[in-house]
Amino acid sequence: MAINKDGNGYTFMFSIVMVAVVGVALAFTSQTLKPLQQENEKQEKMQNILAAINVAVEREKAPDEFGKYVKQRIIIDYEGNQISATDGDIDPKNLEDAFNIDVKKEYKSIDKEERNYPLFVCEKEGKQYYVAPMVGTGLWGPIWGFVSLQDDYNTVFGATFDHKTETPGLGAEIKEPMFEDQFPGKMILDEGGNYVSIGVVKGGAGPDNKHGVDAITGGTITSDGVGEMLNRSLETYYKYFNKQ
Amino acid sequence: MSTEATTEVKQKAPKEPLFSKKNKRLITDPLTDSNPITIQVLGICSALAITVKVENAFIMSLSVLAVMIGGNLIISALRNMIPGRVRIIVQLVVVAALVILVDQVLKAYVYDVSKQLSVFVGLIITNCIIMGRLEAFALGNKLWPSFLDAIGNAMGYAWILLVVAFFREFFGSGAIWGIQIIPDSWMVANGGWYMHNNMMILPPMALVIVGIIIWIQRSRNKELIEEH
Repeated sequence: MAINKDGNGYTFMFSIVMVAVVGVALAFTSQTLKPLQQENEKQEKMQNILAAINVAVEREKAPDEFGKYVKQRIIIDYEGNQISATDGDIDPKNLEDAFNIDVKKEYKSIDKEERNYPLFVCEKEGKQYYVAPMVGTGLWGPIWGFVSLQDDYNTVFGATFDHKTETPGLGAEIKEPMFEDQFPGKMILDEGGNYVSIGVVKGGAGPDNKHGVDAITGGTITSDGVGEMLNRSLETYYKYFNKQ
Repeated sequence: MSTEATTEVKQKAPKEPLFSKKNKRLITDPLTDSNPITIQVLGICSALAITVKVENAFIMSLSVLAVMIGGNLIISALRNMIPGRVRIIVQLVVVAALVILVDQVLKAYVYDVSKQLSVFVGLIITNCIIMGRLEAFALGNKLWPSFLDAIGNAMGYAWILLVVAFFREFFGSGAIWGIQIIPDSWMVANGGWYMHNNMMILPPMALVIVGIIIWIQRSRNKELIEEH
């Protein structure tokens, strides 16, 4: 039986079979590896939250350490009202658990008034810290971070930032210690207790500036993005703290 | 399909041993005289981007090796079935599928490295070495030679990457495979005399190092020098 290999019929059949086989193979792999990949992402998130309270751990050890430091996981709404509070082990199916809130997804798809705002209450060396996750927009794509406040609800204890596609050497520097280490000690409230946030100042914030950090040279749009993200996100948490 | 093809090899060429001179050359040639990076100047883009650290270069090389072997074997096995008019698309689908597989596996098992390699794993699809070998070799050769050809070319790519990464990591960060070699006390910041060469971390230095390798290679083997 001779098949005309250059005929349209054969070409179509070959393509259809090939696409089906490849599709099944990829779908199967994706489904098989998904649990492992999600576990990795979860560990990384825990690692980042711990990094915000200046606890450096390897990714694999993050879940154990996370349980030790993070005492309570709270969700608040835009007006600063508490919606839910959970502690103990994380149930990945529990949508009331602040850890399962995907802030990046909500940032893309929901208005800021409707979003959930997770807050992680941590305890380190007998003191309480509040870690607030946040998402914003850089030059090329999303940027995000975790900022921890001390129990005066005012002084920054630590901050960690990351990005998806900022320019290496410029905007991407927000994830380097050089940028992040500026944050500890800064205040989000002025002396009268009014909310002022922390600005990312082009040209450099003076050493006495309690409410500003140096922007990144050549990374103006990313720096502005960080400033906007801080201002918008911390305001909601400020409303919450004000009600405590 | 694969068993059929191997028996075919045995019937038609019963005298040719698995590692005949011709077959050995399939592996050794791409390592030296027809190296994909230094001689054919393919796959340069990734060679510049992921050679800041030896570990990244190693994982990238492994990924390329896996995709090359898979692609060459599949295309070689299907070579008599692939319709000529859509052969490039078929090759592309095969390579893309394999690359996605590799990417998924990296994300599952070496998450941190996969984050650093970021887009470059996906860009293996556009790596000219792979498509080039599929089109030029696997489409017209049997399984065993195609397998050897894949190993040869992937290794030719790998050793250049590793050499470049070695120099860049050593002079750029004072480390090899993330292990600090140059002690901190030597640093100017700590009162010493040594400073990392930050230029090494940037892509242009990869090009310079590749250039030096090409220079050494061509000065040792005059036949490689093109006449103009």
